[in-house]
Amino acid sequence: MDSLLFNPSWHTKLESLLHTGKAAGADLVEIFLENTDYSSVLAEQDSITSVNPAFGRGAGIRVFHGSHDGFVSTNDLSEKGLNIALEQALGMLGLQIPKTINSKFDGLQDFNDFAIYKNNWLSDCPSLNESSTKLLEATLLLKKKGKHLSVRRSSYSRSWQEVLVAASDGTFNRDVRLHQSIGVNALAQDGEHRASIGRRYGTSGIPEDLTQWIPEKTADEICDSTAVMLYADYVEAGQMPAVLANKFGGVIFHEACGHLLETTQIERGTSPFVDKLNSKIAHHSVTAVDEGFTEGAFGSLSMDDEGMAPQKTILIKDGILKNFLSDRAGELRTGNKRTGSGRRQSHTFAAASRMRNTYIAAGKYSPKELISSVDSGLYCKSMGGGSVGPTGQFNFSVEEGYLIENGKLTKPVKGATLIGEAQDIMPRISMCANDLDLAAGFCGSISGNINVTVGQPHIKVDSITVGGR
Amino acid sequence: MIVNNNNSKSNFIEEFNLKDEIYKLTTQKSIKKWDIGASSSNDISVQVDKGNPKQLKASQRNQVTVRVWNKEDRIGITSTSDLSPIGLSKALDGALLASEYGNTSETPQFSPLAKDKINEIHSAGSKGQGIQKIFEYLQEAEEKLINSHPAIESVPYNGLAETNFARMYLNSEGALRYGSNQQASIYLYAKALESGRKPRSSGSIKIANSTFDLDIQGCIEEASLKTIRHLNYEPVKTDKYLVCFMPDAFLELINAFSNIFNARSIIDGISLSNMDSLGKKIAVPQLCIHDNALNPSNIGALNFDGEGTPVSRLCLIDDGALVNLLHSEATARKFGVNPTGHAGLGAKVSVGPDWLEISKSNNNCINKLEFNSKDYLGKFILIENLNALHAGVKASQGSFSLPFDGWLVDNQEMRSIEAATVAGDIRQLLQNIQAIEDTQHVTHMGISPHIWIDNLSITGEA
Repeated sequence: MDSLLFNPSWHTKLESLLHTGKAAGADLVEIFLENTDYSSVLAEQDSITSVNPAFGRGAGIRVFHGSHDGFVSTNDLSEKGLNIALEQALGMLGLQIPKTINSKFDGLQDFNDFAIYKNNWLSDCPSLNESSTKLLEATLLLKKKGKHLSVRRSSYSRSWQEVLVAASDGTFNRDVRLHQSIGVNALAQDGEHRASIGRRYGTSGIPEDLTQWIPEKTADEICDSTAVMLYADYVEAGQMPAVLANKFGGVIFHEACGHLLETTQIERGTSPFVDKLNSKIAHHSVTAVDEGFTEGAFGSLSMDDEGMAPQKTILIKDGILKNFLSDRAGELRTGNKRTGSGRRQSHTFAAASRMRNTYIAAGKYSPKELISSVDSGLYCKSMGGGSVGPTGQFNFSVEEGYLIENGKLTKPVKGATLIGEAQDIMPRISMCANDLDLAAGFCGSISGNINVTVGQPHIKVDSITVGGR
Repeated sequence: MIVNNNNSKSNFIEEFNLKDEIYKLTTQKSIKKWDIGASSSNDISVQVDKGNPKQLKASQRNQVTVRVWNKEDRIGITSTSDLSPIGLSKALDGALLASEYGNTSETPQFSPLAKDKINEIHSAGSKGQGIQKIFEYLQEAEEKLINSHPAIESVPYNGLAETNFARMYLNSEGALRYGSNQQASIYLYAKALESGRKPRSSGSIKIANSTFDLDIQGCIEEASLKTIRHLNYEPVKTDKYLVCFMPDAFLELINAFSNIFNARSIIDGISLSNMDSLGKKIAVPQLCIHDNALNPSNIGALNFDGEGTPVSRLCLIDDGALVNLLHSEATARKFGVNPTGHAGLGAKVSVGPDWLEISKSNNNCINKLEFNSKDYLGKFILIENLNALHAGVKASQGSFSLPFDGWLVDNQEMRSIEAATVAGDIRQLLQNIQAIEDTQHVTHMGISPHIWIDNLSITGEA
């Protein structure tokens, strides 16, 4: 409890700042206060090789005037520090604090505390001893179960964040966030053959998460995959149908389409979907959702970084584009209503419209039916990361792939990269299986690195460019 | 003239009186051995949208990392942005707690060079221009870029920023380093569209010591030229090609595989090199690579690393042979050499390159084949930039499969490639360099000539 910083006593100080900003002529002033506590532990081979605790605090003050905004961040949470930051943000937009403040300000609403049941989360998290023990258990299991494993690593990170958002529209909300993630990686080597395989898990709002994690299952998965991929041939490049597995396979939708439905892209005009609301942009089998409240999911939030409770946003329904993801600036500049999607890495970034838990909904087929429908193609069992370019080109790497020949999985292949353009690929997702599952990930974009969930059932893409050798 | 040296105290360090405060606190807590790294920065930046300010931003950031060695000589670390006495005290307590989990098999120590004489960096920079002025510069740049060609419809990604930063290293044996510098940067990424065709995009980045020195006109012209050159695009056939990497692209690739000359990665078993690789030929004899943070073109450099070791020019690959590695104190001790000035600050200290200089060897100046990207008449792929390196590089395996921006060049006629990937193995690539051109080009990542590789897999259309 000692670590908690924000409470209703901030009311007077923040209200005064907001009133001052409004009196200077701002349309809206928003103050984001942050108090963080972070810890990470790394186990390599059979030792703990790094423990990295960190903590900090800071504020981000954003002023809107017309369609523009000025943003200032500072580590100084004193009244003087916040006043300087506000003055600087106002000054950027040509606004000055008046000598006397006569204007009317309705004031802040009642304190809305989303963290009433979360105040003990930090102290309920595993101790360094508990996390170290669990990580060493994982690297030991890799040693016991794996063959040719020259590098065995496991890592744990715990990110705790207390935030307070106050805005001149009355918003006065507090929340506590807790994100924990576990990563396990192995590098197998046999002569010139090498294969590296990793798995990452992540949750939000579950202090006891690490104790529930079963290292044996992870070790089995990694050892099975490295054994297969160590001697895999490089995939032959070309255009082919592909079946993408569930969970992290959802990175295809995240990169190929999700980013292009954020109002940060819509306002720039860099999305091919900018004028496609209520138009068909995907195969009729595709329904896609972005939401912020699946319990424990890595991208879940009680409120976004602008103080708004997240919604379930239907992005695509039966192939028809239904909604964009919007934040304050997005609503102001594109007219799309806020969806509780304003997110930022920390107080040093202004919030932007970002994804939360994003997934393609389950379909009616079994995964086997998808694979058996392909004569010659690629099965992507495990995906690496990906990205989307400024005109909608996406790419992502395949960590573990298999050829599909005559409707059956045959030999493993490595080195595949899937590339394409969003508007071309979405109509080619022709089959969705009934095994929707989610996976944790990190997404880097305009407002920094944030925790997200990607997800999908097994899906079939009729034709995609596979980069290889 | 800004002089970056170990006597120029930075404002933030004076303001928070870090040195005195840390001595007082470590004495109170009976911590005998400790060091701290501190940094502070002040940034302003602007973005514009069709002549209007889109976002104006300023930030002030402080960061301190404290390391302590406990009575068993185990090391612990904690970082914080809270530079108050309470924050520093809490950080020291956190570091002491973390030290109980310090790695007994490898404990970093102070750099033996942390008190050595340091090279001065002279960076000719002017005073910052302030947010209003940089907004006006960017507004004008955007307008000029849009007006440079009818197909350029917008500059969706743009920014102009000024940054002042300072860093300090201090340890309980009396080593004390201060450094400060400043830089300004501009990026312009234009989007161009022709009727019935897909949108195309390209851009340019320029960095200088100050906005006054920034080559804004050069950035506009380069962004315009590159974007227009990509308008005439078509798919490329999947095949193996002769490929010419432009300086940016080759530097991106070498940086992505810098584990080859990273001692930390070798010790950890994730490098493509091993403890016996020094002296071995890993590339064609024409290739030389140095790391040199002190190159005058490396804007915003500081003259010491996270452990207080002075930075200096280091030859990594000479005539194709691996001759040196990048080291921290701990890795250098393991290899029996001095640290090289490439360390961070941590319980386990990271190591990484600063600014690479890639060149053709003076001793082996005859290329396998003589190519020049300006007058070569044959067919080749010219790669301007590599994309998505975080996803497409398997650094510990040596393989890469990367989307790129580039052209198919045939008889000097350039045709932009719609979408394609280049794939290969870095070890084979380094041995298969056909030519290293004579002229080096300065980029924001380093300096390199054009490099020619034969028989690389390009995936485009089937």
